Amino acid sequence: MASLKELKNRISSVKNTQKITRAMQMVAAAKLRKAQEAAESARPYAERIRGVISNLASSMGEGGDAPKLLVGNGKQDTVLLVVATADRGLCGGFNTNIVRKAREEIVALERAGKTVKLYLIGKKGYDQLNRLYHDHIVKYISLKEERTLHAGIARNIGEDVTSMFEAGEFDVAKLVFANFKNVMEQDPVAQTIIPANASIEVTEDETSGLDLNGAIYTYEPDEAGILRVLLPRSINTQIFSALLENQAGEMGSKMAAMDNATRNAGEMIDNLTMTFNRTRQAKITSELIEIISGAEAL
Amino acid sequence: MSDTLTFSLVSPERELFSGQVDQVDLPGTEGNLGILPDHAPLMAAIRTGAITVYADGKEEQFFVQGGFADVTPAGLTVLAERATPMADVNRDDLQSEIDRARANLETLEDEGALAAQQNIDGLEALFNMV
Repeated sequence: MASLKELKNRISSVKNTQKITRAMQMVAAAKLRKAQEAAESARPYAERIRGVISNLASSMGEGGDAPKLLVGNGKQDTVLLVVATADRGLCGGFNTNIVRKAREEIVALERAGKTVKLYLIGKKGYDQLNRLYHDHIVKYISLKEERTLHAGIARNIGEDVTSMFEAGEFDVAKLVFANFKNVMEQDPVAQTIIPANASIEVTEDETSGLDLNGAIYTYEPDEAGILRVLLPRSINTQIFSALLENQAGEMGSKMAAMDNATRNAGEMIDNLTMTFNRTRQAKITSELIEIISGAEAL
Repeated sequence: MSDTLTFSLVSPERELFSGQVDQVDLPGTEGNLGILPDHAPLMAAIRTGAITVYADGKEEQFFVQGGFADVTPAGLTVLAERATPMADVNRDDLQSEIDRARANLETLEDEGALAAQQNIDGLEALFNMV
């Protein structure tokens, strides 16, 4: 049986831990709200740009002059997985789930005889994937230094990926991240970003409903020129929204994890306090017995 | 015929403007554009410059850098790569932006350089306006 002093120390140390986890939970909750707002306000742009591209893509058709970013370069041999994870831990299974999704993708692709390259965003994903797939990693960036997520970060990443595609370093690019559903649920997904038409086909039905009253779109400069500028931008936008979703997911997951930790600490404190009181009473009782039997002996 | 135009200005980060306006002036890559209600469907690329929005007899200006204007019967949407209300733009920021763009220009060639030069021209024009 631990001594009273030891028990007291343990109780106070668990109490301190609980204070920290509770503070982290509250910080995560505040950040989650901000992250959700950011994701919310980025949505109109992403939706509009998707609509515009599918509009253009359907009018361009599969002609020979369609940009490679849209229709692909005709091969599917090398696949670049852009895996976005968080830079910090203590957020439950958030990072592990994304990494698991990425590993499933890698295994499936390699079984199909394809070469896999990894482009990693976020330290936690790097730590986990570096152990298993060190040779596959072509680039790793951490966003730890960035205080807020802004479109510039996504633009840099997007430009990087696009230039790698143009240099022929890969044929297909997939983005792996977690879709934020709610605090308890973040859904890891793999989304194809290059070629772009893979992600557009889904939305084609919605936008064909766009009513121009029979008028014809005028393009300034020409369609191809616009598409050439628009496609990289759409890739940037997809990366940006993935980063935003991830941020919201990380905070949600952290909030849930810290809530659990706080509750567990509370339980532990209750148990320890119970043991502490029992030990104290046992000690008092045995002291009393000693005194009484001592008095009787006189 | 509707007498106002539904206009929204969105950047990747947020929606900067949304509402009914009388006219919007845009800096297109091929020249400036004035969009009035009931404009024909148009898709135009935008260069660095200022967007002027006319509504209720008032003017509001935004600084934009790259993007697209999309005119449909439903209204005008500007997808700007970067957009800031003119009130938040100051000379120092612009100057450092110009310097950075100039330094960058030397590393580029052909099409990239042309676009960069256009960007610098737009920035300088704005710099003189502020």
